Amino acid sequence: MQSFDLEAQGLRALNTTLHAQAKDTNQTAWEIVNPKGSHAIAVGLDAPIEVNVKGSTGYYCGGMNKQATVHVHGSAGPGVAENMMSGTVLIEGDASQYAGATGNGGTLIIKGNASSRCGISMKGIDIIVHGNIGHMSAFMAQSGNMVVCGDAGDALGDSLYEAKLFVRGSVKSLGADCIEKEMRPEHIELLTELLERGGCDAKASEFKRYGSARELYTFNIDNAY
Amino acid sequence: MKDDAPGAPRTTPIQSATFSNPVNAEIRRAAATGIYDIRGGGAKRKLPHFDDLLFLGASISRYPLEGYREKCETSVTLGTRFAKNPIQLDIPVTIAGMSFGALSGGAKEALGRGATLAGTSTTTGDGGMTEEERGHSNKLIYQYLPSRYGMNPDDLRRCDAIEIVVGQGAKPGGGGMLLGQKISDRVAEMRNLPKGIDQRSACRHPDWTGPDDLEIKIMELREITNWEKPIYIKIGGARPYFDTTLAIKAGADVVVLDGMQGGTAATQDVFIENVGQPILACIREAVRALQDLGMHREVQLIVSGGIRTGADVAKAMAMGADAVAIGTAALIALGDNDPKWEAEYNALGTTAGAYDDWHEGKDPAGITTQDAELMKRFDPVEGGRRLNNYLKVMTLEAQTIARACGKNHLHNLEPEDLCALTMEAAAMAKIPLAGTDWYPGKPGTSY
Repeated sequence: MQSFDLEAQGLRALNTTLHAQAKDTNQTAWEIVNPKGSHAIAVGLDAPIEVNVKGSTGYYCGGMNKQATVHVHGSAGPGVAENMMSGTVLIEGDASQYAGATGNGGTLIIKGNASSRCGISMKGIDIIVHGNIGHMSAFMAQSGNMVVCGDAGDALGDSLYEAKLFVRGSVKSLGADCIEKEMRPEHIELLTELLERGGCDAKASEFKRYGSARELYTFNIDNAY
Repeated sequence: MKDDAPGAPRTTPIQSATFSNPVNAEIRRAAATGIYDIRGGGAKRKLPHFDDLLFLGASISRYPLEGYREKCETSVTLGTRFAKNPIQLDIPVTIAGMSFGALSGGAKEALGRGATLAGTSTTTGDGGMTEEERGHSNKLIYQYLPSRYGMNPDDLRRCDAIEIVVGQGAKPGGGGMLLGQKISDRVAEMRNLPKGIDQRSACRHPDWTGPDDLEIKIMELREITNWEKPIYIKIGGARPYFDTTLAIKAGADVVVLDGMQGGTAATQDVFIENVGQPILACIREAVRALQDLGMHREVQLIVSGGIRTGADVAKAMAMGADAVAIGTAALIALGDNDPKWEAEYNALGTTAGAYDDWHEGKDPAGITTQDAELMKRFDPVEGGRRLNNYLKVMTLEAQTIARACGKNHLHNLEPEDLCALTMEAAAMAKIPLAGTDWYPGKPGTSY
């Protein structure tokens, strides 16, 4: 395993080093020590490497990730895994605001809780949260899946498009155009796979599904509010 | 008008200035449909503009350069503050961000062709980067928008600069709407949305909420792109002093300032005509912010919103801008609203020169559409040639004015080269009223 002391070597050197890893690199395992809440750790990766961050991170850890697995052994600041394209970002602790925002692909797993606006404008990412999520989560979510093993805050799924939201606990309120939907066998199958991928100790049958009523899909004055 | 009939005296009918025919027509339209008007094209009302300024050519107190022979430089370098690879342009007129989706692929290609021939840059828009534009634009600015439609780190790395769009002159504070009619298979795929439904563009970025966050966001973008690319921040012309100050504080290499005459593909008419400020009112305030922070010319200023001629270019630069951007003018140069399509514009209920329902996807010129048949009408090579010609003319016009003011580079134009025709323009532009050394609000003076 390659070890990198962020405090001693600096962020620029870290990201330059990680970006230099080619798709066939044999330096596939990395450990980052002393992150100390730094921002933009391991952003823009594009190689099948595993990066273990030994501590908590600041803003945008794992941002725009492709292929890599970024494992944060702590909590993550705002915008973790924003606009992720593929790969995995795994947070052992909690995540702050906008976790997985605009993500196009890959999997974001949060073993703790996520704050507000989790999965905002998600565009294909799968987000699996072991704990609770805050208000305005999945706002304008377009596609992908969000799994919440705990509770969801206010205005879940406001103005969402085709993303699928699965919540085991309570939902404080649903946002505009978001409704509870039937859990059909294909959803049970999908959710079971997501729960397994996220390492969740939960059964698909315990969840409710939420999605778009599709009444905001074309502008209609009767839907204005 | 026929004479009044004999009988009781009557007052001659007079059209109300307040309830004019266009106002009444809009009231009737609203009453009939229950929906506000959505359109493109930017503000149509008459606003204080560059036409309200004049240049003071040289006589004795200033020494002019010969108009056709002496050199007048036009090059500009953008992004000299932090970026490893600043953008070098031959001319200070760039192409503003316009989305694929709003525009056809052929139109994006033509913009790239024309700009490359002229030695300048184009800018992507909401909807991501197309091969048509990347393939033909030598210098391509990649917009980083609130919607993040088509946002892709691979494209981020293959652009020449990144423009973080915070605001747009036609609708500061507003989001966008691409109506379902224009959502073809390709547009839908690029934006990760179902075909044929309206696509909303958010009014705010999803993963930052203020200038302190923006500073960190910029650092992330720089880290992803190896600190190579200039970072532009685009703001709508609303509070130019404070927004410019905060953009600089957040780490902008370049500030793009867009006034309310700027175009839009589609938004509410009431928004276009009533929100924001004319670019004339914004430039000097933005320059003042740059000067107060000691950043004028260190952080470059691009202004846009109704730029049409070389005179507009020269006036903007004399007020302190480093470059200008054109959007609507570029589309007209490509052939939009051309009278040769008059019959078809008439069929759409409008006329050449006034067509603004770009969001409906029925543009007879094949430019603001995704309709395959209409797109065939537009020739990207010819469009590129026309845009190049237009950019050259603008540059020549600006140069000839600059020479008359005794300047051997467009950047040497200065506020002292200008006077204002109206009190309003003098106050907004902070340029002396013609025949005086005074403008409203000038420190130490009073009317």
